[in-house]
Amino acid sequence: MEELQANVDSLTVSANILWVLIAGFLVFFMQAGFALVECGFTRAKNVAHTMMMNMMVFCIGAIGYWICGFAFQFGAVNYTYAETAISATQGSPTWAFSPITMGAWGDSLTTGLRFAEQWGIIGLSGFFLQGLQLSAAGIFAFFLFQMVFMDTAATIPTGSGAERLKFMGFVLMGFWVSMFIYPLVGNWVWGGGWLANLGRTLGLGNGAVDFAGSGVVHTTGGAVGLAIAMVLGPRLGRFNDDGSPNAIPGHNIPMGVLGTIILFFGWFGFNPGSALGIQGAFINLVSLAAINTLLAGAAGGMSAMVYMWLVGPGKKPDPSMSVNGILAGLVAITAPCAFVEPWAAVLIGLIGGVIVCLAAFALEKAKIDDPVGAVPVHFFNGIWGVIAVGLFAAGNPDTAAWNGMDQAVTGLFYGGGVGQLIAQLFEAVAIAGVVFVASYVFFKVLNGFGLLRSEASAEVIGLDIPEMGAKGYWEGAHPNLRSMYSPGGK
Amino acid sequence: MTKKIEAFIREEKLEDVKKALYDIGIVGMNVVEVHGHGRQGGVTLAWRTSTYKVDMLPRYQLNIVLSDHNVDKTVDTICKAARTGQVGDGLIFVYPVEDVIRIRTGERGREALTYEGDIDTRRAAPVKA
Repeated sequence: MEELQANVDSLTVSANILWVLIAGFLVFFMQAGFALVECGFTRAKNVAHTMMMNMMVFCIGAIGYWICGFAFQFGAVNYTYAETAISATQGSPTWAFSPITMGAWGDSLTTGLRFAEQWGIIGLSGFFLQGLQLSAAGIFAFFLFQMVFMDTAATIPTGSGAERLKFMGFVLMGFWVSMFIYPLVGNWVWGGGWLANLGRTLGLGNGAVDFAGSGVVHTTGGAVGLAIAMVLGPRLGRFNDDGSPNAIPGHNIPMGVLGTIILFFGWFGFNPGSALGIQGAFINLVSLAAINTLLAGAAGGMSAMVYMWLVGPGKKPDPSMSVNGILAGLVAITAPCAFVEPWAAVLIGLIGGVIVCLAAFALEKAKIDDPVGAVPVHFFNGIWGVIAVGLFAAGNPDTAAWNGMDQAVTGLFYGGGVGQLIAQLFEAVAIAGVVFVASYVFFKVLNGFGLLRSEASAEVIGLDIPEMGAKGYWEGAHPNLRSMYSPGGK
Repeated sequence: MTKKIEAFIREEKLEDVKKALYDIGIVGMNVVEVHGHGRQGGVTLAWRTSTYKVDMLPRYQLNIVLSDHNVDKTVDTICKAARTGQVGDGLIFVYPVEDVIRIRTGERGREALTYEGDIDTRRAAPVKA
């Protein structure tokens, strides 16, 4: 009998790890989605540069995360969860959100910087993935999964900084996100840090709850994106001297739409995969997250499309804003996806689609140039997603013991009081504030050394030759890609 | 003696104009993609949060070199085939041509323009169906 139980346990862990790996592969594929969206919504003369940023952000991010990012984010994750870890490997996980679905991790990942036990700041073990057996399948799968999540955040600023960002500045941004700023806030919410423990320290619900990262991934990426867009300044010709805006149309709408479809597909790994397991209660979280993702993405696309149809400058269902709406819904549901009922997912998505349109118009009014809508999608809807947990979390019994508390995650509209909402506000403000301010300073320094904004002459002819030494589209092959439209005469 | 017709027509009208010209025996022509506008000044399109003016619209420039006495019929044919009645149908310019040389044979002048079944031979000896 004991042997049978051991086999069942082993198979369970294997199934969980398999799911996390597959989900991680789906999230990796989202790189293609980001690359296509950013290229489609920017000009042909920059396409080699934009594509390179979106490809190399993975290479740079992987190395940076392996060097120290993973260690900073998760180096202390087993310290907080050690007691639940033991009971989990004996077949009864007492805490829903634990990496222990993927096996017993023993003494690894237990070192970090913290104050008064529960105020964890940063992890300090696991650098270069050292100190692990080669059989540490669960930890390796976890690393892969978390790395592709980090890369989703790192690739967001390449969109808001597109068409005038020096490649060297991009490289340094990649290291900044993967090695430090993302792992820092990621530790606070997922690595056993102080935001996750707000339930135990300040009695705020289950502490900051973020199922797949509206805060950790999207608000972080969006905040870096906002900072880089502000420090870079708008593209030449984007705004006239009197402040009026000029549209700079993208060169390939099919790429933009196809990229959005790929992102939607990858999101089915992003959200359901964040259950980190499929056994027992976890399959419920997986399934619920999957349909809520589906519904919110669909709703976001609908509301953005209708908004542009009725209110937008062309009074037509605008393709690029509609796909931004889909992404907005997906970003907004990323935190609440396993906690809310399907009707709430639809509502969250509908609101997200409107938020992205309003934010895009607001950014333009503020003379901040975001060529692809990265900040409206990720920053504003990331914050909305974090807050939505505090409103709509339905007390899902499968979320009992989340963050080591003794209660299911319950929001304001389900009788949970304002505790959870306040914890969510802590998360939103902490992440948005710290990431934006630190990144703004970082980019200001880079710009001071001339490493950020490309020269005007390079920007005018297109970054492909000056930055890449290669044209994305050889004009001999595609003679029709030059446009007669030249915004603001530039 | 010899004239050149430059006809600026809508892109979607090219097939109609070609067919009409073949029917009357004009087959020598070339097409250039151009952008331009007349008095109407272009269109206003929307991209995300703002609008932009595209004042150079795509058209085809059809170039035909032909004998003087065929110009009127050719111009009429082009106009009928290319006309939609909407602003933006285009313009035709007619220029004098100094000389015409066929590269393959070295023929110059009138001989360089004529061939079996063209508009002049049809007038002289109508093509049997």
